[in-house]
Amino acid sequence: MLLVYCPYCGVSRPETEFSCRGEAHIARPADPSQTSDEDWVNFLYMRSNSKGVYVERWRHIHGCGRFFNAVRNTVSDEFLKFYKTGEPMPDLEELAKEAGK
Amino acid sequence: MSDGLASDLITPDAGASPLLNQNDLSILKASPLTRLSFRARETALNDAGTAFGVPLPVKPLSSETGDKRAALWMGPDEWTLLAPEDELQSVFEQMESGLGAHPHALVDISERSDAIILSGKKAVWLLNTGIFIDFSLEAFPVGTVARTVFHKSPVMVWRVAEETFVVEAWVSFMDYVSGLLVQSAQELEAA
Repeated sequence: MLLVYCPYCGVSRPETEFSCRGEAHIARPADPSQTSDEDWVNFLYMRSNSKGVYVERWRHIHGCGRFFNAVRNTVSDEFLKFYKTGEPMPDLEELAKEAGK
Repeated sequence: MSDGLASDLITPDAGASPLLNQNDLSILKASPLTRLSFRARETALNDAGTAFGVPLPVKPLSSETGDKRAALWMGPDEWTLLAPEDELQSVFEQMESGLGAHPHALVDISERSDAIILSGKKAVWLLNTGIFIDFSLEAFPVGTVARTVFHKSPVMVWRVAEETFVVEAWVSFMDYVSGLLVQSAQELEAA
């Protein structure tokens, strides 16, 4: 089982308290009526689904109920960083390098 | 359990027989309470605390208790407020008038959940049969309150004394939670 750190509660809790809600930092088009069908498709369905370091939205649904973001290595399942919603995306390459040390 | 936090608030239901009564472990049904769910921004906290009677805790997973009142941290903008059952109306009105123009949500959730009081030397062991949380005193000191999952049911666990916990679950899930606790405790006794 994964141990997930909640940046709002400040504790690590078992994975069963959380739910993962897919890739993070996907911005909704600012002006929907001017957005082309292709851009909508990209926003709604297209995810990078990359192998390696990946940014995800998690929710502490059976705890404080907050959404937050986590950087996870999809190969080793190791979490590299947890941060609150609204904070900028960390430099993934640098995180990957640090973890690779 | 006269020594724990909020012992004037969390009392065993006198009308109910104990769910479990062993030498070093007991599970008692708690008497009904007024429970309010309170959500607001930080700017409203001072006024809310004054109106309620105890300050609302801002430290994650902590609680504040006072004279027949308890405020439990549930999330960065969410608290559960406890008061005696017959004070629902007065506490509610006091809060609403004290909060004035602050945007907030105050909802009566008294009937949503039931509480049991779990106490004894084996209380931590028993909780850990269904909860994957470290309940050692360093990690989970007296006064800590957390929502989590017990087997498959969402529960709230509040440590009111070193060996006493209040476990709250939704009314319809309580049979499941207390049933599994009792079953596990009986297996422990047999072992």
